[in-house]
Amino acid sequence: MTGLLEVERANTFYGHFHALFDIELEVAEGETIAVVGANGAGKSTLLRTITGVLHPASGCVRFDGRDLKQTPAYRRVALGMAMVPEGRRLFPSLTVEENLLVGGYRARPGPWQLARVYDLFPLLTRLRRRRAVTLSGGEQQAVALGRALMSNPRLLLLDEVSLGLAPVLVRQLYGALPEVQAAGTTILLVEQDVHQAMAVADRVYCLLEGRCVLQGQASELSFEQVRRAYFGGNR
Amino acid sequence: MIWVNTVLQGILLGGYYALFAAGLSLMFGVMRLVNLAHGDLAVLAAFGSVVLVDQAHLNAWATLIVVVPLMAVIGYLLQRYLLNLTVGVTPLASILVTFGLSIIISNALLQVFSADSRGLQAGNISIEAIGLGDGLAVGRFDVLVFGVAVVLLAGLQLFLSRTMTGRLMRACADDRQTASLMGINERHVYALATAVALATVAVAGILAGMRTQFTPTSGPMDLIFAFEAVVIGGLGSLWGTLAGGIVLGVAQTVGGQINSADQILAGHLVFLAVLAFRPRGLFGRVTVA
Repeated sequence: MTGLLEVERANTFYGHFHALFDIELEVAEGETIAVVGANGAGKSTLLRTITGVLHPASGCVRFDGRDLKQTPAYRRVALGMAMVPEGRRLFPSLTVEENLLVGGYRARPGPWQLARVYDLFPLLTRLRRRRAVTLSGGEQQAVALGRALMSNPRLLLLDEVSLGLAPVLVRQLYGALPEVQAAGTTILLVEQDVHQAMAVADRVYCLLEGRCVLQGQASELSFEQVRRAYFGGNR
Repeated sequence: MIWVNTVLQGILLGGYYALFAAGLSLMFGVMRLVNLAHGDLAVLAAFGSVVLVDQAHLNAWATLIVVVPLMAVIGYLLQRYLLNLTVGVTPLASILVTFGLSIIISNALLQVFSADSRGLQAGNISIEAIGLGDGLAVGRFDVLVFGVAVVLLAGLQLFLSRTMTGRLMRACADDRQTASLMGINERHVYALATAVALATVAVAGILAGMRTQFTPTSGPMDLIFAFEAVVIGGLGSLWGTLAGGIVLGVAQTVGGQINSADQILAGHLVFLAVLAFRPRGLFGRVTVA
């Protein structure tokens, strides 16, 4: 099985701050991968390195076998990457529908269109003309997920989608993922909530202070193992 | 009746200012870029028109067909290869670069066309008036300019709200980094915005050249009124720009009616009053964090 996404010995810096150390990660087509870790472990940095917002100082990111070094962030969408950024980052002055349409600006052919997104999140149908900024957190997160799906990605990157949401909303959002997986979309999600992550993922990577300290099949890892890797040391 | 006439003339004058200000408003709204070369670019367009009239013997109106697209191309290239370097650095960077650009354009025009004042012939329309009864009359040309301003601003508003390119511009204005995660090449989108802005500048510059004489150095004066119209109306709001132009125009004609020496001063005073008491402008967008 060849990887859809391969991260090879990536080192990423914020100025002089070394944020990622020799990260190795491989995601096969159709898989769902969770990256867990505490605050500041480098999870978001890893996603930003994959999407091209940050560039690794050494190592490389390959997508579908192609080295992305020369590919700016905006070109990666057409290749089939889509991101749900941390904090949702909707375009506040655009309506819900306009946010979705902008998400589909560089869409590849595929099943995800306005109607399908409204099917997935029926609550958005009556909000379509509302400005994104006026929505609640859960509604915004649904729009952010729909906006990413509109590009018909091969790889969907989810950054902390459950952050700041009520548990019932988190369940709703995660409840939408099986339909996305069923459409053949590969998912790489970053989560602080280990239970949630392990429930939905095939494989889990655990980051600690910029290094990958544990990886394995979600079904074979015990919660205790992950907990220890999550906090580091023998605590 | 004299006051009705004064206000009426002020409103029409306001349309003229709004026409000038549309491009400035668009560029600020999309890129937060203050284009100090705005007036000089308008004068450049007017001289482009003069060349076509002199050399190709075109009618001044017909030159619009050539100059407007040409200015749009210049706008695209200017943004793509120069002004994009200043976006998102500091506001000062764009101010310095466009200030330099303003000096370069006006001096290049002086070099080529000398400091003589020039004009463009609009034909009979510039001397015809529309009588409204009761001794009221408005210039046909002034009404046309006002109409062009309204149509242009409405068109821009529709473009921004109804077309994909317009949505991309608003998305980039909201959040550049997230826009790039949606596959948007902001450098291209910004260049398109400046292309549209300079197309409107070309229309404004040529109509202004039909209205009054101009010289290579008359750009900065155009810029000041356009700038005041944008600020009075509220930064980034296109309908606000029309309202701002009208407020400025009425302030000037009313001031001029009270004392003919105070026309310009009255406009500046209203501008300062708006800045002091309503710094967001009349229709400034309330930003929600």
